[in-house]
Parts: sequence; structure tokens; C-alpha cells
Amino acid sequence: MTVDVLIRAVNNPTSAQDLVKNVAQLAATKDEQAIPTLVEVLKFNNPGAAVAAVNGLINIGEAVVPYLLENVDGYNYGARAWMLRIFAGIGDPRALDLLIEAANKDFAFSVRRSAAKGLGNIQWHKVPDSEREVQQQKVCDCLFLALEDGEWVVRYGAIAGLEGLSQAIPEARKIVIKNKLTEFLTTEPEAAIRARIQKAILSLP
Amino acid sequence: MSDWQMAEAWTLEEAIANIQQTEDTGKRYYAAWWFGKFRVQDERAVNALLAALKDETDRSPDGGYPLRRNAAKALGKLGNLAAVQPLIESLESPDYYVRESAAQSLEMLGDRQAIPALQALLAGGVAAAVKAEGKPHLVQPYEAVIEALGTIGATAAIAEIEPFLDHEFAKIRYAALRALYQLTQEAHYAEQLMEALNGNQLQLRRSALLDLGAIGYVPAGQAIAKAYAENSLKLISLKGILESHLQRTAETLDADGLQLLELMDSLL
Repeated sequence: MTVDVLIRAVNNPTSAQDLVKNVAQLAATKDEQAIPTLVEVLKFNNPGAAVAAVNGLINIGEAVVPYLLENVDGYNYGARAWMLRIFAGIGDPRALDLLIEAANKDFAFSVRRSAAKGLGNIQWHKVPDSEREVQQQKVCDCLFLALEDGEWVVRYGAIAGLEGLSQAIPEARKIVIKNKLTEFLTTEPEAAIRARIQKAILSLP
Repeated sequence: MSDWQMAEAWTLEEAIANIQQTEDTGKRYYAAWWFGKFRVQDERAVNALLAALKDETDRSPDGGYPLRRNAAKALGKLGNLAAVQPLIESLESPDYYVRESAAQSLEMLGDRQAIPALQALLAGGVAAAVKAEGKPHLVQPYEAVIEALGTIGATAAIAEIEPFLDHEFAKIRYAALRALYQLTQEAHYAEQLMEALNGNQLQLRRSALLDLGAIGYVPAGQAIAKAYAENSLKLISLKGILESHLQRTAETLDADGLQLLELMDSLL
């Protein structure tokens, strides 16, 4: 089926379940033409369809980013939350400031956790050499702050983010992160999070 | 600003003052909620909640006791065993929701003294477990009672719980599966909960997810990660499984633990 046909199917579903199936099929094409339609799906109140759309948009990747950046303000809160997840999944540095703000300040802990994790996934080769260190420091500061979040899952996401970040930074900075995590291990009350810290520390020098 | 948001901003002293005053029943209600939410250990809070369990002034149009309900809920979160006997008494409250919250709190406190009173609520078995006339709930909070018996380790109740595996309500069947797995460690009970992850009702998949997390069934990890439900719930479930596992390994991170962490990472 051509992308056009699949787009029409998404815009004319016969049922909520039908919509999910149609979105998944459209997403599977990984066709850039599908971007506006898939983004539109984020506005419908259908979580199954939104998840399929989010996965599809993450798979399309870079081409999605400018379109989203242009539209993120105009959408309702739910759609913006999905968009932040897409940015977190793609890791494009153009979304860096949005992700940093979301990780520390978004109202919903599910958005904060995925933003925190996404910050460990940034495609640093796209950031000019002259800016990279400053931006990485911003990400590190943001994630250190997220380690103090009241919600366990955000702290968990922050550790995953720090583990990801640490793979892209110089040795001296890795040690700063390792020391922070080692100290954090002594104060974190939840066993599952302590386990995640242990795992992150294993990957550091 | 909503009432909840306003209450959330209280200090401990304000919350205590609010539960002790009698003029404004709304404030007492939120204060009870506050102590549970912030897991307050202060003796004054515990004593105020114990007193609130017997409150007569806050009544709802359906004949219920809202303040008592909130007090019963909060007392489970404070880890204070002084609440056990009063909560056991609350299992006989005329208010279904008080009985339900009391059972849930007794589950959290884990004290075996609660077992006989909880078992008593299963009297009459499945035949008696029917809808209360004119109410949206059954005559007893069976789910909460069965789950509490499982968590507290009431092996003497196994025979009484087994028939509920055939109750017409799926959530009660799941509660029985959960409790029986906890009480017998027999895999077939947990496996039936895993099958429930593939059911076609979201509410039931959610229940099964939370039940598997509560019993800490490690083999369910992959199935949980793939289940068609919100990632937030799957994360809570996997966290429960990981923490059970870590208790068994004294927090040593082994291959199973690493795999669970990987599954959790993939859901963030």
C-alpha cells in the first residue's frame, strides 16, 4: 500500500482499535511523508495509537526534529509529553534545552523520567567542538539535580542518563560522575535504584 | 489551586493542627491524607489518626465515614504497629470502604495478629461473595482481604482462598492467584497471572501486572515489558520484581538482576 493510502486510513479509522493498527502500519513505512499525520495522532486521545506513532517517529529520526520543534508549542499538554519522548528517543541536540527543562521541571514524572534518560542519548557528534563541553556540563548538572527528584523513577532515569552521558565525555569528567554516583549510593532509600547505581558504576573507570 | 495542592503545601505543624481542630471536617480529612502521603512518624499524627478511626462527625450521604476511611488508609503507611489492633476492629466497620482500607493497611503492616479477623471476612466462601444490594461493590472487600492474607503469610487460609480461583470476577481470581503463589510458591499460580497479561481488557492486564510485581515473580520480566499497558505501570511492576530478587541475593547484582534493569531501562 502506498503511504497516501495509509495516511488516509489513519485519518478515517472505523474504530479506536482500527486506528492503532493503521498507525502502526503507517509508522512501519518509515516514510518522511508520514510525519505530519503521525504527529497529528499524538493529539487524539488514544494511548495505543500514540505509542505506535511515537515509535514510528523515533524510527524516522532526524527529519522529524525540525517539524516537531516548530509545532511543540501549539499542541495540548498530552501531545507535548509525547513529543518530548520522541526527542528523548532521537537524541538530536536541537532539542537539548527542551529536554533539560523537561527533566527537571515537567509536571509529569513520566515525562521527567524519559527526558532524563534521553539526555544520556544525545548525538554529540552533531554539536560543534567549541560548544560540546559546555553543553555536556549543562546536561550533567541537570541530571545531578534529577538525582534528587522525589519520584523514584525519575532518579532511575537520571542514572541511566548519566551512564549514557559518561560514555561521551573525557576521563576526568567520568570520574566526577562516578564519585557522585558512589556518594548517592549511600543515601538512596530504594533498593532497585541502588542496583541501577551499581550497574552504572560498573561501566565507569 | 485544588484542595489537594493546597494541603500538600502544609507543614507538619499545620497538618497536626488541622487534624486536631473539629470545626472544619474537610481540613481533618486532608490532614489524614497528608500524614499517609508524607509517611509522618510523629506520635501526634499517629494518635490523631487512631482517634479519627472512631470519628462520628464526618458522614457522607451514603452513610459512610470519610474521615475514618482516610485514617484507615494512612495508618498502613506509617509503619506503626500501634495501629494494628484498631485496624483489626475497623474490619467490622459498617462502612465497606473503611473495611477495605483497613485490610490494605493491615497488609502493609504485616502483623499476623490480623489473620483471624481477615479470614472471618471470607466466611460463606464464594457463594456469599456477591454484590451488596444497591451498592457498586461486593458485600466484603474480597480482593483486599485475600491479598492481605497472602502478603502476611496466612498459610492456614489456603483452603479458604482456593475456591476464589473460580469467582466470577477476574480481579478476585487474580487476588487468589497472587495470594496462593505467596503462600505456596507454586509456579502454576504465577504462570496464570502471566497469561492474564495477554487478556483483552486493559484494567485486568493492569491488575495482573501489579500482582506479578507484588509477588516478585522473576520469570515474568520479559512478558511484563512486552505487555500492552502503560510503561509507568510496567516499571512499577518490574521494580517490585527486582526488589524481591535483590532481597534474595542480599543486593548482589547477578544476571537476573541485570536483565531486569535492562528491561526497565527500555521502558523509560
